[in-house]
Amino acid sequence: MPVLAGKELRIVGFLCNWCSYGGADTAGVGRFTQPTDLRIIRVPCSGRIDPLFIVKALLGGADGVLVSGCHPRDCHYASGNFYARRRLEVLKGMLPILGIEPGRFEYTWVSASEGQRWQHVVTTFTNQIHALGPTPVKDVLGACQGLPSLKGGDRAVA
Amino acid sequence: MQSLEDIKAKIKDALPGLDCVIGWERGWSPLHGTPLFMRSPEDVDRLTWGPFNVGNPATYLTGFKGKKVGVVVKGCDSRSVVQLLQEKLVKREDVVVFGMPCEGVVDLTKVARKVGDIALVNAAVRAGGTLSVTTPEGMVEIPWEEVAADKCLSCQYPNALVSDHFAGEPLPPAMGRDPAAEQLAALEAMAPAELFAHWAKVMERCIRCYACRNACPMCVCRDHCIAQTRDPHWLTQEDSTREKLMFQMIHALHLAGRCTECGECQRSCPVDIPILALRRKLNAVVKDLFDYQAGVDPQAVPPLFTFQVEEAKINERGW
Ligand code: SF4
Ligand code: SF4
Repeated sequence: MPVLAGKELRIVGFLCNWCSYGGADTAGVGRFTQPTDLRIIRVPCSGRIDPLFIVKALLGGADGVLVSGCHPRDCHYASGNFYARRRLEVLKGMLPILGIEPGRFEYTWVSASEGQRWQHVVTTFTNQIHALGPTPVKDVLGACQGLPSLKGGDRAVA
Repeated sequence: MQSLEDIKAKIKDALPGLDCVIGWERGWSPLHGTPLFMRSPEDVDRLTWGPFNVGNPATYLTGFKGKKVGVVVKGCDSRSVVQLLQEKLVKREDVVVFGMPCEGVVDLTKVARKVGDIALVNAAVRAGGTLSVTTPEGMVEIPWEEVAADKCLSCQYPNALVSDHFAGEPLPPAMGRDPAAEQLAALEAMAPAELFAHWAKVMERCIRCYACRNACPMCVCRDHCIAQTRDPHWLTQEDSTREKLMFQMIHALHLAGRCTECGECQRSCPVDIPILALRRKLNAVVKDLFDYQAGVDPQAVPPLFTFQVEEAKINERGW
């Protein structure tokens, strides 16, 4: 049994390649203490994030999802984060009708140089998820079975 | 009915320049209206108008891409046409819209609750505030509010919002109850875990027939729906509530800022899953954030197709 079993929750982070992933890296290089619940998925731009990625993660049993991109006006692709902001805000407003607390999902902006801000964001969000506790999704739907492989056909073993 | 004759005459006039005109005719029972694709003047004679014209004919418009077609619409259907125009999914010059004032349509589930098996109904007539339904056991008179579709009781747009031909006297907005809003409020009053369990419970009976998607006028991806792609594989074919719920979220979120609340998704569901609440909530969020209502203004840009550098109502750092 992993040492942290029961203590850690599962948080999925979608970080854009140009700012926030760099910011998380900066925090790492700077050896800033961070909670370890977050698993990072690097995406080219926050505009690449389909709100359904977040829904899929939450329905799959993630206790929380964090999205972080470049600050407004600072997007590598100029407008990706502006579109993302609208989509993500709409998603956040809609989650409660599904029965998922809006606090399980947050989005924010962290630039590549902001190691300290990253530490703050990830700590605050992790604390927020711990305050909410484990997701009710797993109790209702059961643990997520093996995921289909990208090409379909062969299935991961449950 | 004079206005029906007027509109038929207008359709016959327009028909030579069109591939077809979509409307309704009597279906397999007196309670069922069914889509009618008019290509000849004889077809036009079968056109009906009234409480049984339930389906939304705008759903078929994108299937006629590149052709010139006509469509007969109720007020709510016309919003779908407007939204399709806004998204440039149909061209204004390719569609001729025929409209008449709508006094509401029936909800067959509600009728069935009153009279039992609706397959046995041999006559149905609406006169003013009453729907008279005749079955082998005799005639039942039902107050209209008890069998009207929920959306009709508080309909704000009973007349077509765009039309090239309009027959009849425009009607005022309906001032009745809004049962869908009441239902949404009841859901929102539930605790999150309880609400999630509710959705899981109702979605359990989903048979993934995708009727909700197919009936939706704004679901236009057709053969490219991500619910059915294999690469990437968004959904498995597994019969699990998780997949069903995920599909429902795909449909709802792809309609964010686009859903015109025609209610076709919920109406077409063969197992009566109350999925409209998800759309209502999403529309409320969009209205709140962007002060926007889908399918009302042909010139407006849907809110998720654009952005503002400073968003008035978004506080993304407030957590
Ligand atoms: S989601 Fe439902 S209510 Fe909305 S446009 Fe589609 S069919 Fe109509
Ligand atoms: S129409 Fe109803 S049963 Fe069919 S896929 Fe949609 S929700 Fe499921």
